[in-house]
Amino acid sequence: MNRRDFMQLTGMSAGALMLPTIPVLGRAVTPEALLENALDVALKKRLADAALNAATAKGATYADIRIGRYLNQFVVTREDKVQNLVNTESYGVGVRVIADGCWGFAAVVDAKSESQTAKAAEEAVAIAKANAKLMKEPVQLAPQKGFGEVSWKAPIKKNAFEVPIKEKVDLLLTVNDAAMKNGANYVNSVLFQVNEQKYFASTDGSYIDQDIHRMWPIFNVTAIDPKSGKFETRQSLSAPMGMGYDYLQANPTDSIKGITTRYNKGYDMLEDVVSAAKQAKEKLTAKSVEAGKYDLVLDPSHLWLTIHESVGHPLELDRVLGYEANYAGTSFATLDKWKAGDFKYGSPEVTLFADKTQVGSLGAVGWDDEGVDTQKWDLVKDGVLVNYQAIRDQAHIIGEERSQGCCYADSWSSVQFQRMANVSLAPGKTPLSVEDMIKDVEKGIYIIGDGSFSIDQQRYNFQFGGQLFYEIKDGKIAGMLKDVSYQSNTQEFWNSCTKICDERDYRLGGSFFDGKGQPSQSSAVSHGSSTTRFNGVNVINTARKI
Amino acid sequence: MSVILTEAEAKALLQKVLAFSKADECEANILGEQRGNIRYARNEVSTSGGLINQNLEVQSSFGKKVGTATVDEFDDASLEKCVRRSEELAQLAPENPEYVGVLEPQTYMKSKGFFESTASVDPDKRAEAVAMSLQQTRDKKLVGAGFLDDVKGYSAMMNSKGLFAYYPSTNVNFSLTVRTEDGQGSGYVIRGFSDFDKLDTKSATQIAVQKCLGSVDARALEPGKYTVILEPTAASVLLENIFFNLDARSTDEGRSFLSKPGGKSKLGDKIVDERVTIYSDPANAELPASPWSGDGRAQEKINWIEKGVMKNLAYSRFWAKEKGVKATPFPNNLIMEGGSSSLEDMIKSTKRGILVTKLWYIRTVDPQTLLLTGLTRDGTFFIEDGKIKYPVKNFRFNESPIIMLNNLEALGKPERTVSTESNRNYLIPPMKIREFTFTSLSDAV
Repeated sequence: MNRRDFMQLTGMSAGALMLPTIPVLGRAVTPEALLENALDVALKKRLADAALNAATAKGATYADIRIGRYLNQFVVTREDKVQNLVNTESYGVGVRVIADGCWGFAAVVDAKSESQTAKAAEEAVAIAKANAKLMKEPVQLAPQKGFGEVSWKAPIKKNAFEVPIKEKVDLLLTVNDAAMKNGANYVNSVLFQVNEQKYFASTDGSYIDQDIHRMWPIFNVTAIDPKSGKFETRQSLSAPMGMGYDYLQANPTDSIKGITTRYNKGYDMLEDVVSAAKQAKEKLTAKSVEAGKYDLVLDPSHLWLTIHESVGHPLELDRVLGYEANYAGTSFATLDKWKAGDFKYGSPEVTLFADKTQVGSLGAVGWDDEGVDTQKWDLVKDGVLVNYQAIRDQAHIIGEERSQGCCYADSWSSVQFQRMANVSLAPGKTPLSVEDMIKDVEKGIYIIGDGSFSIDQQRYNFQFGGQLFYEIKDGKIAGMLKDVSYQSNTQEFWNSCTKICDERDYRLGGSFFDGKGQPSQSSAVSHGSSTTRFNGVNVINTARKI
Repeated sequence: MSVILTEAEAKALLQKVLAFSKADECEANILGEQRGNIRYARNEVSTSGGLINQNLEVQSSFGKKVGTATVDEFDDASLEKCVRRSEELAQLAPENPEYVGVLEPQTYMKSKGFFESTASVDPDKRAEAVAMSLQQTRDKKLVGAGFLDDVKGYSAMMNSKGLFAYYPSTNVNFSLTVRTEDGQGSGYVIRGFSDFDKLDTKSATQIAVQKCLGSVDARALEPGKYTVILEPTAASVLLENIFFNLDARSTDEGRSFLSKPGGKSKLGDKIVDERVTIYSDPANAELPASPWSGDGRAQEKINWIEKGVMKNLAYSRFWAKEKGVKATPFPNNLIMEGGSSSLEDMIKSTKRGILVTKLWYIRTVDPQTLLLTGLTRDGTFFIEDGKIKYPVKNFRFNESPIIMLNNLEALGKPERTVSTESNRNYLIPPMKIREFTFTSLSDAV
């Protein structure tokens, strides 16, 4: 599912039509079916061995197989109504091989017999051999040791699929009721839960069984001024997380108090919606921003998206090389800039790292979708560009001896390719709270929550909105603003970074719908940061009359 | 049996499905499709693939309790299991107060959207089409990255009140980005057709090559308000945001660009220049579309904006019932009327302006005014005294399609084009707009 379908399915975009039917995510099942055990590991190993042996027998020099069961559950409500309850399951097998130096891939739905997986493997070899005729250079695969029979399970405390639907419906209807009682005209709310049960095996000798969970509670509150006909919205400050239902069982230590409460490892949906309803109303009469240069203080619930677009994407090696030129685009961060060793991506305060191991993040797994154990590595160190994100068939291009472990496919039926790791901004090393950061700002704007976003195809020029904007005057918050967007250039922006709050403020944001490839695949990714200050950024006023 | 069922086969299968039903009401939707694609980059094929997909969705209801189940295997046991599962889910579901029941049988317009030329595309034909493109970029020492994606399929539905609908269709989309080896020039082309025979990858590639070579050494112009000529591909990604926001309920609720204070709407108001007429028509020969919507409602030729006046909104059946109006469904295609002038005529008549061939990364900034942001990409040119003078660096814009259509200077002849944002096909003319707002420059090529 892509972002547009999700927004339409859930009524999250203002004015959007609800989809008449659910986009195909798999077959619809009962909630109980989501709790059925994954296929037995011994059976999965037999299915895998059948495929790997068949591929090798047909002349493959490498083969891997992914046996995937993908479960989704949506609970969709508005005001006092349940609009949709959707449970889906998708199961199948994808086999990828190298034969005659070329990749080949074949997938098969519902494969539970060794003959089916072997046949898919043979088909993949035939495709590889056919494509090899068009190939100029054979695939170079970075070596990877096998891990034998291993497993990884997301460290969740409560499986969201075990929570009765009624409890979820009750939560959302309570949230909606609180929004309406606090001044909202409309409210939409959704719980979106994912479980990926993935088994990977390869001719390198790995048999990896993984259980991955993701959870995203989200709402959108609308307030309308009947006299002027103006409307404003405020979306939830939750983040999609690599967690179970425990994300919704927040402790007081999981939140950060301030002008509005922000959330870390636990999310209090009811508390946030009460603030949201009041803030949506407050926005109606907020001051329209005066365009000009401002120092920006960006909350992690906002900054994650700027990191995603201006750091995560340009440092994907396949984009740098031109493989995404026809769709997502290329990158300004070309190999010569990296080779020079002194390209100033940001100010010396800025260290940005990729990390596929962070607990609770969307990208956390034990091994990626080509059997590489996950890692953490620097992309920008003390302001200088030092690395990219690469997978096994790209590692040699940047002189790496092994893959960085960021290969992913969004389904058993999709071919795995390089996807963004969790890319995060390292917290400041000296103790600094948000309050202390604001104290120093003479003319600034404090932005919380993500809004509109757009960036060019090489990732230079971007524009971002937000959910909440507060004017900072002489070190104090002077009130709410609206109609705010900022425009900047990636290198200029990161070089204008002057201060980063310390690790006590470090929080994750993220997306379920990072789109890339043709046909497009979606990937879920988190981005961490502490509140950060950027000086002299160009802010525009977005109010118009029609 | 082929995955693409004939009308008679689809009807027989759906009758079998409904015969299993024990619910108060039952509705079944079925689809089958076969897709094939080739993707290439750096002048080499990077991936190629195929997808065969078939799916049956059964919706059962007991009173206002509704459940939906799907299945992708069509043997009798699977069909019955799917019907039973939808009934179980309906029994478990809370009442849906907005459920209005299944529709009576309808009469549909005729629309020819299935072309044998596309249906018969095989890997060789696909490779041949791509080879014609690759040959040119390789010969000219340019770098090509493209995607060709063809599909044949059908959809059909039947319900317990006897409604039956069937529609077969085909489509091919081809897109290509051509870049210079040093990355200083970039050009793009996209084509979409129902009939594969209309796709000429050779001439399409020539356009991308020409734009690529012509875009080298772009000069920086100051951002600001400019007269622009938007090629149909560029215009489509802006105009489709009007299309996505035709929902009557959001309008009536006061949260649409079409809302007015006090729960009123702009229906009947002149919202854009009087030369603007936007309509949908399933029977249009250039852009055929299914004559029925997913819930079985008949699609008709309907004007959404007529001579600048907002004429119609799209309704769910529930909302139409609430409001006591006709339940006009969300349309399956979108066509904008144009004028007679060619793109060349429009350039000739421009004293000072910018030719925009593609726009990228379009996002809504303010749903109230439909203010959008995004950037120009892959070929942007300065026009002076009726001639293209030189390429210019890409701009970021902040503009509303409603404001833009009020600043209309001229319309050209409508062409079938593809949105680079949504992949939807449209019939849209090139258009000249005054005072289009560019807010900053980008170094991206």
